[in-house]
Amino acid sequence: MELKSKIPSGPIEQRWDRHRFEMKLVNPANKRKYNVLVVGSGLAGASASASLGELGYNVKCFCFQDSPRRAHSIAAQGGINAAKNYQNDGDSIYRLFYDTVKGGDFRARESNVYRLAQISLNIIDQCVAQGVPFAREYSGLLANRSFGGAQVSRTFYARGQTGQQLLLGAYQALLRQVPAGKVTMFPRTEMLDLIVIDGRARGIVTRNLITGKIETHLGDAVVLGTGGYGNAFYLSTNAKGSNCTAIWRAHKRGAAFGNPCFTQIHPTCIPVSGEYQSKLTLMSESLRNDGRIWVPKKPGDTRPPNQIPEEERDYYLERKYPSFGNLVPRDVASRNAKAVCDEGRGVGESGLGVYLDFADAIKRLGKQGIRERYGNLFDMYERITGENPYEVPMRIYPAIHYTMGGLWVDYNLMTTIPGLFAIGEANFSDHGANRLGASALMQGLADGYFILPYTIGDYLASAKLDKVAPNHSVVKDAENCLAQQTIRLLDIRGKRTVTSFHRELGKLLWDYCGMARTEAGLKNALQRVPELREEFWHNVNVLGGGEELNQALENAGRVADFFEFAELMCLDALHRNESCGGHFREEFQTPDGEALRDDAHYSYVAAWEYGGHGKQPILNKESLNFEYVHPSQRSYK
Amino acid sequence: MVRYEHTKVNPHMSFLEMLDVLNEELIAKDEEPIAFDHDCREGICGMCGFMINGIAHGPRRGTTVCQLHMRHFKDGDELYLEPWRARAFPVVRDLVVDRSAFDRIISSGGYISVSTGSAPDGNTLPIPKKNADLAMDAAACIGCGACVASCPNGAAALFTAAKISHLALLPQGQPERYRRVLDMVAQVKEELFGSCTNIGECEAVCPKEIKLEVIARMNKDYLKASWTARGDAARNEE
Repeated sequence: MELKSKIPSGPIEQRWDRHRFEMKLVNPANKRKYNVLVVGSGLAGASASASLGELGYNVKCFCFQDSPRRAHSIAAQGGINAAKNYQNDGDSIYRLFYDTVKGGDFRARESNVYRLAQISLNIIDQCVAQGVPFAREYSGLLANRSFGGAQVSRTFYARGQTGQQLLLGAYQALLRQVPAGKVTMFPRTEMLDLIVIDGRARGIVTRNLITGKIETHLGDAVVLGTGGYGNAFYLSTNAKGSNCTAIWRAHKRGAAFGNPCFTQIHPTCIPVSGEYQSKLTLMSESLRNDGRIWVPKKPGDTRPPNQIPEEERDYYLERKYPSFGNLVPRDVASRNAKAVCDEGRGVGESGLGVYLDFADAIKRLGKQGIRERYGNLFDMYERITGENPYEVPMRIYPAIHYTMGGLWVDYNLMTTIPGLFAIGEANFSDHGANRLGASALMQGLADGYFILPYTIGDYLASAKLDKVAPNHSVVKDAENCLAQQTIRLLDIRGKRTVTSFHRELGKLLWDYCGMARTEAGLKNALQRVPELREEFWHNVNVLGGGEELNQALENAGRVADFFEFAELMCLDALHRNESCGGHFREEFQTPDGEALRDDAHYSYVAAWEYGGHGKQPILNKESLNFEYVHPSQRSYK
Repeated sequence: MVRYEHTKVNPHMSFLEMLDVLNEELIAKDEEPIAFDHDCREGICGMCGFMINGIAHGPRRGTTVCQLHMRHFKDGDELYLEPWRARAFPVVRDLVVDRSAFDRIISSGGYISVSTGSAPDGNTLPIPKKNADLAMDAAACIGCGACVASCPNGAAALFTAAKISHLALLPQGQPERYRRVLDMVAQVKEELFGSCTNIGECEAVCPKEIKLEVIARMNKDYLKASWTARGDAARNEE
């Protein structure tokens, strides 16, 4: 497989402009002749569908929820970055670019990141015009706050519900195109396979989740905005329905998978409370602006927090990283939380937690001041834990939150299958080995509003696409194959539930491919995952029928894919003999415990090619060149 | 009504986790699990929701059912779970209903018509903080449908008015303000939602605590638009 990244040449600040000029255009009158299938209706999928519809393309948009407004982008709390420099604090496009490349631990493409920083300005303008109620100063102008991994205030926010408001903006734009006849929505519909004909993506096979009907939708291009694969770990901050089925099945049809081992562990989540736990809840990282993180200095100290005197507390982030303090990037904050808990200094019943303390901030700003900034987050914490964070410190612990890996895409966001595009979290592109806070919303909207609408036109204008017959043999084969998988799952009638398998898989991945990874652990996981998968296919119990609403069946298909994907993730983590960003291999660390990269050998994107059923995947490498931000040991001290 | 006995409830479980555990037990007994909608389990996606002892999202104010924890119930409590009941929300299965009418209401006008690329700089138009805050209060609606399910008339007034208020409070929403209210209210009627008679059950159960004042704002705009509309908006009135 040849990886053509199609990065334009020339000075970095001119690349995107030049590329836009050089791309072919589709005549306005011809746009209506093209059909585009968009899977997913989160920030990336909804913004892409709306923008493509506005341009005149015929769009079909699919989501598994009952409405496109429910995609998991909605749960993003903290904010969205943009290099507006409204605060006059030294921000610029170049600085946002620099921070993102460095924050990603030098494993992202410079050209993509620069383009993202440029477009960040347009995103804010677009969202304001849509009526997104961003926070404002008394002057009526837009407010900003700072966020982990940055020393400037460039994050725009709408209370603790930024993702919700941005998604509703995109959702409203999307629904405006429905009566206009440009977008057709298919809610409660799940993509199960990709149709590839003559080497090009030409359609998808879906299951209607209400009737169970398997259907094929044909088109001229397919766009996947289906999010990340964090739920492979079972417990994550993702929504319960988030899954990797669409990108995994596209991978099996020929799309290379980029850097699957780059997963992000978010440092501020509510700790696990019991076996029945179904998901983990994030507490926005913005809390680290005012909260101070600490644990007792003595291991095994079980006194309540207010009885531990100041001098017996270890504010370990402030101690170790004086210049960034509690605002170090996510990977650094997470690893340090794990380290203090491993030393036996964790708090709470399980010992897997650290304090996030607002006592000083309440002294400084008053309860009302804190309520204005974080009111809904404090309420949420109290609802879940039954503890009042205005009175006692919050307890937090890291959890799987985001996946930087995803389908490999070129500069045009096209995968290795011509005509198949991946946008938002579903692609691997802009965050390298670690994503900075408030950058996911930025990337999803950049891809959907401002990049894909141009690049897809270039593809459609250049490709000569013949009409595909609905009864083409590839379509029939794919449909039959899916019908058989459903029958097979329903026929097993074993002894264990889908969830019990998923939970066991998640535990394995968390233990061996989570915050700290070792060669031995990964080899162990690579042996146990296939064994467990084997058991799944012989001993799972899925009741009910295929032609009805059957949530257990939906889930079984997703978990089956997580099993296959998990192996690739562990293999990728095993092959990358270095630590970088969210990928921390214990064997590779500096004397003071920081991630130790190996730029001489691993400064590349690992793009895995599907090797066939039961065969080893094939590793392809796209080497990364840093012309502007020179790789250095990241230091937040 | 089916009766299930549940003996493995832990006070720290969320309500949906309690149902997960029950479903696991049902599957172990080869009984089909209870279908219910859910996704983010953080109270923001609006996917979950059903009646618990006749109250939408259960007894705790300002809380979706996914954020409701079993510590708010007593050992031995008997709970009646029912799906949202409203003419405009057909039941799909068990606790799952069809809320697509909400999407059609938004499609009828719940947006600002700005195509990608045509926006001026974000700070061109200052918005008084107070208005921005009020708009945000209204925009917090998660579209769960509790307001409809609790309304004796099955009205969608709180949902519709929340969107109308959000957009009408912002300068960007002004050009389409009166046309929007006429179009959206017309769609509400089309979907067979009932009429609002200011009972206030919706406000009492709203997990995001959207205030009745949004309905007052909608009615004021609707009245004004009905009397003064010309052209497009008047056509919608025919």
